[in-house]
Amino acid sequence: MDRFLYLTFDGLSRGAVYAAFALALVLIWRAARIVNFAQGAMAVATAYAGYSVTNATGSYWLGFIVAIVGGLVLGALVERVVMRFVDHSSPLNGVVVALGLVLIIQGVLGMIYGNEFRPAPAPFSRDAFQFGGVALLSRYDLFVFAAVGAVVVLLTLLFTRTPTGLRMRAAAFAPDVSRLLGVPVSGMLTLGWALAAAVGSLAGMLVVPTELGLHPNAMDLLFISAFTAAVLGGLDSPVGAVVGGLVVGLLLTYVSGYLGATVAPMAVLILLVVVLLGRPDGLFSRAKARTA
Amino acid sequence: MTTIEAPEKVTTNHPKTKRLSPLLYVVPAAILILALTYTLPPFRNYQLATVGAYLCVTAGLTILTGLNGQLSLGHGALMATGAYTLALMQNRFNVLALGILAAVLVTTVAGGVIGLAAARLRGPYLAGLTLAVAVVVPSIASTFDETFNSDQGLTVALEPPPDAVTVEQWQAWVCWAGALVTVLVLAYLARGRFGRDMKAVRDDETAAKLAGIGVARTQVLAFVVSAACAGLAGALFAVLAQSVSPGAFPLTLSLFLVMAVVIGGLGRLSGALIGAVLLVALPEIAHSIAEDAGSQRLEGNLALTFFGVVLVAVMLAAPGGLASLRWKRNKQKGRT
Repeated sequence: MDRFLYLTFDGLSRGAVYAAFALALVLIWRAARIVNFAQGAMAVATAYAGYSVTNATGSYWLGFIVAIVGGLVLGALVERVVMRFVDHSSPLNGVVVALGLVLIIQGVLGMIYGNEFRPAPAPFSRDAFQFGGVALLSRYDLFVFAAVGAVVVLLTLLFTRTPTGLRMRAAAFAPDVSRLLGVPVSGMLTLGWALAAAVGSLAGMLVVPTELGLHPNAMDLLFISAFTAAVLGGLDSPVGAVVGGLVVGLLLTYVSGYLGATVAPMAVLILLVVVLLGRPDGLFSRAKARTA
Repeated sequence: MTTIEAPEKVTTNHPKTKRLSPLLYVVPAAILILALTYTLPPFRNYQLATVGAYLCVTAGLTILTGLNGQLSLGHGALMATGAYTLALMQNRFNVLALGILAAVLVTTVAGGVIGLAAARLRGPYLAGLTLAVAVVVPSIASTFDETFNSDQGLTVALEPPPDAVTVEQWQAWVCWAGALVTVLVLAYLARGRFGRDMKAVRDDETAAKLAGIGVARTQVLAFVVSAACAGLAGALFAVLAQSVSPGAFPLTLSLFLVMAVVIGGLGRLSGALIGAVLLVALPEIAHSIAEDAGSQRLEGNLALTFFGVVLVAVMLAAPGGLASLRWKRNKQKGRT
């Protein structure tokens, strides 16, 4: 039972990271109807930048901020320089271009930093507190919950309470009408990419200390897990992405805890297959048209 | 069968392949390869063999993606399936023909399973699922490590080639025999009714259904055919390397394969050949550049970057660089 409790909290902490990453995928999907297959590689790139700054200055937080801002810049750059010019008449084109970006980013990172794992220290202790003799949560887990929670709240506020959020929703929902009404549609698209990439970078910064370390391929499995989470939530629903992320995080942790860490990727694959075949529109799909 | 033939219009995409009988280029190619293997030095022969092995999988993938519109990022995993099957068969029976046959059969079955799921998925969903398959390979190898021996992988027992030929020569023969048979079969399939069905399904599923084509059946069949080619390629790679390990089939391999067929020109077997040559030539060029620069980090990563840049450039410079998807642009003109 103690072990189950421990795994549950660990799973929720992992799930929070997947939720943030899935949220990034959903943001781009809603804005541009593209699944950004380069999300993982982009997050790795900004994590490398962040940890370079941390190593140079000794301040984790400076590196953290650099990674998030780097995400904003990289997201905007990718949209402005590459994605904008992709012919989207076939959904395959966007995917193929994103894969090209993955190759470029991984290649460049490998050239600059080398292909070995680099240790990435956590800003807080990862030793769990004891609650009545049971190890449950570490300071780092609390930090993860707080960071992801803050992102979710901020995004909700942005999209429901601010004029910019309204414009972004309008631009995604009815680009032509929005343009007629004076909404800078292409600017909103760039903003959407920038925000999504920044959220992805946050997820990357959060996940790196819990894994083996920094590596150009470090986010491959994270991407698959987050994609599964996003699909589980319906790919169109931010709430679904968060719930999906927590579900995938719990599943992965239980499977690693009880069956062995090597089985976890297979569990993700099986979950993805089951969801895609059983409920391709996700758990949170609704019959009505999209609301935003 | 009471089905009705697809309208003639969808079949006129590549009039060239209609006219030229595949035998007309496969037989001269076979003679050319045979002549080459007697003149090339061993290392070049090995590279020639690698091109042949790559050609098997790129040819299958270009048919699947180009003619049927299904993007698979999991062909590296299917190659791993074929390679491991061959290794296990060789280590038990040590009869190469039997091993290759088993590799193709097992991969065909695996492809059928994925294909059944794939037929219900579109665009990014299919890409995501097949990507997951590619990522899972090392995990399977380490979970069932009694069979697959985890990260170390397996060695492949092989009979030595006949005395008169060198190992590399023999490898080139085996690989190109596989490649040319694959190309021949695929060329005839693409020319015939199955090819028409695949294109019809790719272009407009509803119209295809109305014309009496089984959409799901065609998609599953396309995936199965393509998987069989990947299995053969995997088996040939196991023969070439005389070992198999998860490290030989990383996610980047699957991405490289997609890149190769996209750059070569989707849906064209000649494009698959260009792609296969690029897959061998580009890393080789990158390797020599890295060696001149004396930098270990450039090694491999330079090729990766180069592939990525070329892929993005092709996609942007010629949005119909996916030549076979060009019809879609025409259809949607005037909608924005």
